[in-house]
Amino acid sequence: MINKVVKDAHDAVNDIHDNAILMLGGFGLCGIPENCISALLKTGVKGLTCISNNAGVDDFGIGLLLKTRQVRKMISSYVGENAEFERQLLSGELEVELIPQGTLAERVRAGGAGIPAFFTPAGYGTEVAEGKEIREFEGKKYLMEHWLRADFSLVKAWKGDTSGNLIFKGTARNFNPMMATAGTITIAEVEELVPTGELDPNQIHTPGIFVHRIFKGSGYEKRIEQRTVTRI
Amino acid sequence: MLDKVGIAKRIAKEVRDGMYINLGIGIPTLVANYIPGGMHVVLQSENGLLGIGPFPTEDQIDPDLINAGKQTITMMPGAALFSSAESFGMIRSGKVDLTILGAMEVSERGDIANWKIPGKMVKGMGGAMDLVASAKNIIVAMQHCSKDGASKLLKKCSLPLTGMNCVKKIVSDMAVLNVLPEGAFQLLERAPGISVEQIKNATEGKLIIEGEIPEMILN
Repeated sequence: MINKVVKDAHDAVNDIHDNAILMLGGFGLCGIPENCISALLKTGVKGLTCISNNAGVDDFGIGLLLKTRQVRKMISSYVGENAEFERQLLSGELEVELIPQGTLAERVRAGGAGIPAFFTPAGYGTEVAEGKEIREFEGKKYLMEHWLRADFSLVKAWKGDTSGNLIFKGTARNFNPMMATAGTITIAEVEELVPTGELDPNQIHTPGIFVHRIFKGSGYEKRIEQRTVTRI
Repeated sequence: MLDKVGIAKRIAKEVRDGMYINLGIGIPTLVANYIPGGMHVVLQSENGLLGIGPFPTEDQIDPDLINAGKQTITMMPGAALFSSAESFGMIRSGKVDLTILGAMEVSERGDIANWKIPGKMVKGMGGAMDLVASAKNIIVAMQHCSKDGASKLLKKCSLPLTGMNCVKKIVSDMAVLNVLPEGAFQLLERAPGISVEQIKNATEGKLIIEGEIPEMILN
């Protein structure tokens, strides 16, 4: 059997090359591949295209890779929490493609499902539709969007087994399952790594066929952006 | 003039038992606090949850459980979790009954602009374009005029659009209005202490006023 388990984040990302196209799971800072991001800071790989719903904050998540100028282009739906991002965008150092969130999710899903293009109503009549094929189905206008695929997909799961099967927790699932399907090489970091056979097949969200490398992450910070509480 | 809470209270009156609802960031989020007791609705969060519960207590906080505004939350009994693709699948296929969101401008044709001000930092549209393109019913919570008094209920939006011909109803700090398919705002209710004349002056788009316009009932 192919051994998918790698020792740590460094071993998992070490062959990611300059100018690679990456997908990174997560919504805000929830469910992001923290260990892989830290390891990329150390390998110093440059010119990355990062497909990720958000771009982290100044001192966490993808924000760390922006600070070290390792990112050339971001493909995201919302990037508003990051001052360094804003500075690089305005100075032209960073290229940004903004995509409606549902379109982003579906483009990634399509990439992992072998569907090169599809039609969605999101963005019809707006600047998002510029240059795109428009078609009418049953009286409503839709625009054609293409799949997204990546050289490497970096995802974060709660539990995984040595065969690469993954289970996510809470809203940390978000973009991770689709991104896991759309990478030429998919790297999963998990909080708990168990031997094959220990996870209940009924509970698996991402089948191991999509995962090429898996490792047990460590030192998860799981930073919270908006700490809101009910006071009693 | 209504404050944010007033707008949220009035919108809460549009909610019906059994609805699946997506609440945008800001005033729309406040609506959850004023849904009448005994009414059962399910709140959708586009990052992958049906059944948003109240904010957690300190010891319930879970960093793996947030809403689309990245706030820590809890789940209601019967909640369900899913991916972003499935989440927008339910939005696009019209399963979500009601979408409540904020706007910078709305046109008399129901166009909405709420994501971009040219020349200022562009943060992105998030899920707003997907929501407005597919929702069965959209209610907008907004200020009727800008700080310098310019109307935000326009003939044509001046800002880049989020979606076309999609807004059905507006609750502003001055009025409740329907957006008619032929292209007009129909005045339904006045905010407490606001006259029809004031609303006329504050509305640039075509305004239809028929009969006596009642004052809103908030409580």
